Amino acid sequence: MVIKVLGTGCANCVRLKELANAVIQELDIEGEVVEVTDISTIMGYGVTATPGLVIDEKLIGYGGVPSKAQLTSLVQQAA
Amino acid sequence: MSGGFTLVEPEADAEPQADVIIFGQPEKSHTGWRPFLWLAAAAATWLIAWYVIQDLADWISYTLLGLEHGSRVGESLAFFLYDVPKILLLLSGMIFLVTVIRTFFSAEKTRAVLSGKRLGLGNAMAACLGVLTPFCSCSAVPLFIGFVESGIPLGVTFSFLISAPMVNEVALGMLFGMFGWQIAGIYLVTGLMVAIVAGFVIGKIPHVERGVEDFVWDVAVGKTEIAAANLTWGDRMAEGWKATKEIVGKVWPYVLIGIAIGALIHGYVPENALAGILGAEAWWSVPASVALGVPMYSNAAGIIPVVHALTEKGAALGTVLAFMMSVVALSLPEMIILRRVLKPRLIALFVGVVATGILLVGYLFNMVI
Repeated sequence: MVIKVLGTGCANCVRLKELANAVIQELDIEGEVVEVTDISTIMGYGVTATPGLVIDEKLIGYGGVPSKAQLTSLVQQAA
Repeated sequence: MSGGFTLVEPEADAEPQADVIIFGQPEKSHTGWRPFLWLAAAAATWLIAWYVIQDLADWISYTLLGLEHGSRVGESLAFFLYDVPKILLLLSGMIFLVTVIRTFFSAEKTRAVLSGKRLGLGNAMAACLGVLTPFCSCSAVPLFIGFVESGIPLGVTFSFLISAPMVNEVALGMLFGMFGWQIAGIYLVTGLMVAIVAGFVIGKIPHVERGVEDFVWDVAVGKTEIAAANLTWGDRMAEGWKATKEIVGKVWPYVLIGIAIGALIHGYVPENALAGILGAEAWWSVPASVALGVPMYSNAAGIIPVVHALTEKGAALGTVLAFMMSVVALSLPEMIILRRVLKPRLIALFVGVVATGILLVGYLFNMVI
């Protein structure tokens, strides 16, 4: 599983990245968390606010940091 | 109007990504009468607090601590003890209210409403939507590209980008608390005017779109479909409560420090000491305060109490208003964020036009009041 965090280094982007790392570790899922900082690539996913969360090339959500429970269930659904 | 360029249609013709979540909205639905009960309880607590804080502050300063009425220490302390809870109460109320209103708006809806709007009416709508749309300057870049790509004229986009940070709930709540609703209202109206006119002027400048970084025109913006939110009133209130906790939790130290400095000025600086340098007669004080405001990236929470104390000592309202607008509307961090999509000359133009607008507001008030 590839989790992409779309963002240009804002505080929430960093928080989302850390949260995603923690979640895949806890769920013991094989995967990596990648940061996407190129603005053209970010816009290609169709977000209007950062950070954005992409799991296996599908845009899941954006505009904030989900709760840990929400992120966990989203990752489980995608796995 | 934006002559000489054709907008590149996004090449991404792929299926829009469906059911995308906007993070941060309540995950559980709050239904039934419980949220209203909470609201009633919160409103009652708020009102009771509102009516006891003055007496409480006086009682602590003069009875409990036995300070003398009219003494400098006593005056400063009573002022501080009354102002801190008063401001925090008004600020909380304002943030809650504005956040609940904002749950009816989103960047996506705003973009759809503004796309294809012309300069003029478009600027007015963009400025108003700038106040009502949930927006964080950290997302200014994707928002800017999204606006431009969906055919919103640059001038209209700028009206949004000027009003969103300038007319915000913290500034309005603080002004309401320190200066009263009239001044908060004046700030709201003049802030909107500056955003409308500055955006309009920028949009009228020939070839202004060349100041946008070239890559912006080539970005292929993906399509998304937001999962229908269907917020209940309970959800909206939950969001308001969350935002209130979050923002007040972040700004209270600034409020405290700001009011402490204000209280010192209140108690120790002689009356009219500042009339000479910051009064209405000193014509240069308005541009000086605008220039001083640009590098200062403070939130309105810390600046307004200080500014209020300065007006008590003879600083002119227009000068002070111009300073505040400059602090919140023209901040260096925002310029750095916008630099990713704007060439330096357009940033310079943006700063110049907005600063001129603020300057005019300052002079206008110094003349009228």
